[in-house]
Amino acid sequence: MKIGIVRFPGSNCDQDCHRAVDEGVGAEAVYLWHKSHNLEGCRAILLPGGFSYGDHLRAGAIARFSPIMREVIAFARDGGPVLGICNGFQILCEAGLLPGALVRNDSLRFRSYPVRVRVEQADTPFTSEYEEGDVLRMPIAHGEGQYVADRSAIDALESERRVIFRYVDELGQPTEEANPNGSARNIAGICDEGRRVVGLMPHPERVVSNLLGADGLGVFHSLIGSVRATGDGTATQTLEAGDGPAAQAPETPATQAAEAAEASAP
Amino acid sequence: MRFEIEIQVTPREGIVDPEGQTIGQALDNLGYSGVHHVKAGRLVRFELDADDTDQARSSVDRMCEELIANPVIERYEVQIRSPETASP
Repeated sequence: MKIGIVRFPGSNCDQDCHRAVDEGVGAEAVYLWHKSHNLEGCRAILLPGGFSYGDHLRAGAIARFSPIMREVIAFARDGGPVLGICNGFQILCEAGLLPGALVRNDSLRFRSYPVRVRVEQADTPFTSEYEEGDVLRMPIAHGEGQYVADRSAIDALESERRVIFRYVDELGQPTEEANPNGSARNIAGICDEGRRVVGLMPHPERVVSNLLGADGLGVFHSLIGSVRATGDGTATQTLEAGDGPAAQAPETPATQAAEAAEASAP
Repeated sequence: MRFEIEIQVTPREGIVDPEGQTIGQALDNLGYSGVHHVKAGRLVRFELDADDTDQARSSVDRMCEELIANPVIERYEVQIRSPETASP
């Protein structure tokens, strides 16, 4: 199972994403160059953070026209899981895969510090390992993270349960003080209508180790579990054929070891 | 014909404009009273070859919708000057 990480000129969280997939959850991560026309059989696509094309014009506005984005958009329209983190979220909005836009923080300051976000929905490929209401500690690092959309679009997101992450305080409440950038209704992350495309401003890939906090690891465990469950074609069948306890618990260390062994087999 | 194109992009009504607000606040702090509704935006200027003004306008509108402005958060105004009107 390969997870693709798109590299644009100016991406700077690509290596963190690679490490989160590779060392974090033991899956194969590959880089996809923005000029490529080929997703190389990847089962999921990550659009990392950074400053693609120097954020010229608007953040994400140019990256959206990269050759690879044509493939990513087609992949997403076919139901492929796509996660956009920070600049990746901005690109998904500019590409029209997610509604709304991300504008300058209301403080006009670049905000770079850990925040708390509450998992609002656990039925996406990137949140299934969490419980709804879980409060996660993740860093943010952005100047343009204020989520805006017109009122009807925001109401639709709420009623369709498409707000996936919300900025909250230490009590888990979405207060004004807990909102680092002025986002409408403390929105930190949303999904598309099909619930397979998710964008968020905080950086889960930066909190995947015990040293720095591991609250973001669930995003990547969720993804691997989800890809496996939706029919990888090889891993799923092998696990089902196994019929052992490991087959019912896809995220146990035993299955990870089994998959690693399988991957290293000739 | 070659046309001179000027596009002004500003935040849509109802979309927060922290830059404009901050400029307004700063002007107030400097003692310039009576300044209201400051909007900050972007200016894009270029020259465009087209058969006539209508063709230039429809072409520029498409450029704005597709790239130069994000209609979700921004509005744009286009000014087109033909060679005749540009020269004195």
